Amino acid sequence: MKYNTDVVVIGGGAAGMAAAYSARENGAKVILLERDEDTGGVLNQCIHNGFGLQYFKKDLTGPEFKEFAKERLKDIDILFGTYVLEIRKDKTIIFVDKRGIHEIQTKALVMATGARERHLNSLPVPGKRITGIFTAGLAQRFINLENLKPGSKAVILGSGDIGLIMARRLTLEGIKVEAVLEIMPYPGGLERNVQQCLKDFGIPLYLSHTVIAVEGDRRLQKVIAAEVDYKWDPIPGTEKEFEVDTLITSVGLIPQIKPADFLEADPGFIVSNTNQTSEDWIFAAGNCTVIFDLVDYVAKEGEKAGKYAALYAKGEYSKGKKVKVRKGENIGILHPSYIDPTQESTLYIRVSKVFDRASIKVEPLGVEVIENEARPPEMVVIKLKPFDENIDEIEVMADELISKLG
Amino acid sequence: MSSSQNLVKELTCVRCPLGCKVKIEYTDELEVIDVSGNKCPRGREYAIQEISDPHRILVTSIKVKNGKYPLASVKTSEAIPLRLFEEAMSIIEKLEVEAPVKMGDIIIENFLNTGVNLIVTRSIERL
Ligand code: SF4
Repeated sequence: MKYNTDVVVIGGGAAGMAAAYSARENGAKVILLERDEDTGGVLNQCIHNGFGLQYFKKDLTGPEFKEFAKERLKDIDILFGTYVLEIRKDKTIIFVDKRGIHEIQTKALVMATGARERHLNSLPVPGKRITGIFTAGLAQRFINLENLKPGSKAVILGSGDIGLIMARRLTLEGIKVEAVLEIMPYPGGLERNVQQCLKDFGIPLYLSHTVIAVEGDRRLQKVIAAEVDYKWDPIPGTEKEFEVDTLITSVGLIPQIKPADFLEADPGFIVSNTNQTSEDWIFAAGNCTVIFDLVDYVAKEGEKAGKYAALYAKGEYSKGKKVKVRKGENIGILHPSYIDPTQESTLYIRVSKVFDRASIKVEPLGVEVIENEARPPEMVVIKLKPFDENIDEIEVMADELISKLG
Repeated sequence: MSSSQNLVKELTCVRCPLGCKVKIEYTDELEVIDVSGNKCPRGREYAIQEISDPHRILVTSIKVKNGKYPLASVKTSEAIPLRLFEEAMSIIEKLEVEAPVKMGDIIIENFLNTGVNLIVTRSIERL
């Protein structure tokens, strides 16, 4: 079948739902392509609360966030069970579903493809490829959606939010969590999750530790961990053995950029503050651009991408002017990479080390934000007003703020 | 002057994702002397509750018969005492409901006499 529309959104997670909604609100005809049978993406399996406080001004669980976002899509064409094969530069999208191969002619596109999990196989851990090793997302899917129990005793590698939340989830389901291991000297997830997922249940967190080997015949029997030095090399004599049948890995997410991998990416799509990618008519938002802390940020970005995609489709926004945003001292992650100075922008920043009190500056705009306890896992958000178009480049940097009064 | 030293606890407020570091100073008798570090009043409430009887929202899932999916996620509509979690889970484990269920449906009213309801957070259609 052949379709014709103003805006296509690929991916029905938090970013995609918000993009589809806002593109329609901005007067565009929208088609949303979702690979699954329901929208929501990973929200469906994130059954814990803490979502939506900024976006919906309510404390919601993942599925509730989904239902609220989905409510707003009532008159949008959502094509479920679709898999996008190709995105052509002539603005044709080719996808398959149960009925066959189809084609959409569009004016603009929003990529909202999210991220996938990095697997233990991508880490240098020796041992056979035995059963009992799962990514946190897969274990979450088993427990929360499919009613399957992955094991009875577990170690979790990685203390990002997903790892922390799974530690609590496993404990509640009667699976004993022996330890959470974190290679960095600080927890990878939000402080609140360290409190309510580990401390609440007395689960030990080993910082500067990693898995050095796994043992077992067909099923995992033992996980061997060790402390690491500053170069992440295991320190001899610090080995610890855990007799467990399950290892849950939560070692990071990788933005999903297929099938638009012809766009500039590093590793997610490189976008501007208007969510425009290196191809004028393609916009991108959410975890396929950079890994965000909060679904609220993802939804806000999606909403913005949808808006600019709709404006582009109507000929009211074209190729934005691009001012480069440069990472200065102590900045680990900086998003977006470019700013169209005629438009407002939101900067998402991760510092590269732990600060007691950080001063984060945006120069030459003379913007300064003071953050107590800036840590790499917690994104700092700075909003910028439109600025002088003659500025070629802006730089973001962080410094320890030493209080003179002590 | 009292002979006992005041107690100080550093907590991370979990009432919202900002996760403020809240410091609470109190006596043996749980009399609050000072609360600091919270960006809003909810952080103060949180810290006071935390030193006496920590409360959390319990999130989990229940079995669904004849539904499009085998499980529906549920939560307590408000935070309940953390000390009740084990008992709560042993009750929830045995529950099974018939599809369809809708977000907001009450599964157990006044759960464990807390005055809080156990409610569905994901609608599941009937198969
Ligand atoms: S004190 Fe207020 S702002 Fe800070 S984490 Fe608690 S609820 Fe959020």
